[in-house]
Amino acid sequence: MKTRALIIVFLFGGLLIYCTLDFPTWGDPLAPASKHVSPRYIERTVEETSVPNTVTAVLADYRSYDTMFETIVIFSAGVACLFLLRIFRRIEPETQLYRHIPSGITLRIAKGVKPPRESREFERIDLMWVPHDLIVQTIARLIVPFSQIFALYVIAHGHYSPGGGFQGGVILGASIILFAISHNLRSSFTRISEKLAVILCGLGVFIYAGTGALSIILGSNYLDYGALSRVFGVDAVTARSHGILIVEIGVGICVMAVMVHLYYNLASAGRHDEGL
Amino acid sequence: MSELTSMIMSKLNYWVYIVLMMVGLYAMIAKKNLVKKIIGMNILQTAVILFFISVGVKKDATIPIIIHGGAAESHALQAANYMNPLPHVLMLTAIVVAVATLGVALALVIKVYQKYETLDEDEILARLEDE
Repeated sequence: MKTRALIIVFLFGGLLIYCTLDFPTWGDPLAPASKHVSPRYIERTVEETSVPNTVTAVLADYRSYDTMFETIVIFSAGVACLFLLRIFRRIEPETQLYRHIPSGITLRIAKGVKPPRESREFERIDLMWVPHDLIVQTIARLIVPFSQIFALYVIAHGHYSPGGGFQGGVILGASIILFAISHNLRSSFTRISEKLAVILCGLGVFIYAGTGALSIILGSNYLDYGALSRVFGVDAVTARSHGILIVEIGVGICVMAVMVHLYYNLASAGRHDEGL
Repeated sequence: MSELTSMIMSKLNYWVYIVLMMVGLYAMIAKKNLVKKIIGMNILQTAVILFFISVGVKKDATIPIIIHGGAAESHALQAANYMNPLPHVLMLTAIVVAVATLGVALALVIKVYQKYETLDEDEILARLEDE
């Protein structure tokens, strides 16, 4: 098997390297990849959409169908993970474990006994050996708000600097995942519940598709944001940049929710207990 | 001699991406562990992403953000001064979709492990034949 794989890999790799001999040299401005449609994007973006960042304009305006279906791909990945892994009926263990945080003592609560209320003093745990990491939790608590602010900046400032919905959404999701890793899944469910995460997945796609539908209602093509000028009370070119912002916010919400939802399901194998 | 060197230098990055892609392909074919196969798939995706970004590069060009946004008329905009935005757009979405496919693949692996209690391909096949 290994030798056969090596033969295939070397054959295929050699063929690809042979093909690169016909490639244009690296960094050639006259290469075919940058000849046909990309000069038009670079030259006309500012006058057509008033967005300086060409990448954002191409992503959310010129190629917004592409981006909308990419968002739907991500949404369906989240939904597929839910259907594959989520276990709704859980077998509760005989004894539940609770940790008294100030003293570090683990309590075994037998079945039928009223468990202590979860608070700063008590937290529910699943395994005895998971330590209570005060330093990790405190540092993560310090990092999370700043990374969330940065994520919102990346989403909102995507018109003028590298950024946009996808990147900002991933940073936003990563901040929540950091919280869930440093604490446990149960305490992150109190911030963003599973239900909220799934609703946000759908809401992001809905904002994107709804913006397109709104353009139809206002008498233009699907996802032609120029029609939104009557809603915003600005000219068509500025309305395009506003439309791009709305769409990017939708993408950001969807990506954030899917990242969080994927982590919730993968970290606990769908049981939604303590997690990693 | 210098011609050959310049030819190699202008193609070297593509060759590196092809080597990276072949590493991923080899892992997908030859490795028995399903998680290692997924890692190989991700390496292959990374190679494709790097290749596309590399295609968009232009010599002496800056990132595709038009600096003087409002005053574009004052000086003619040369497309050769800005990098090709199209590969950046395509790879931006491809990275996030790669993460989503990774999530689904890991979910499937967790399901396989729950059912067969192993991730080794041969052992899974042996258990399938036993049933």
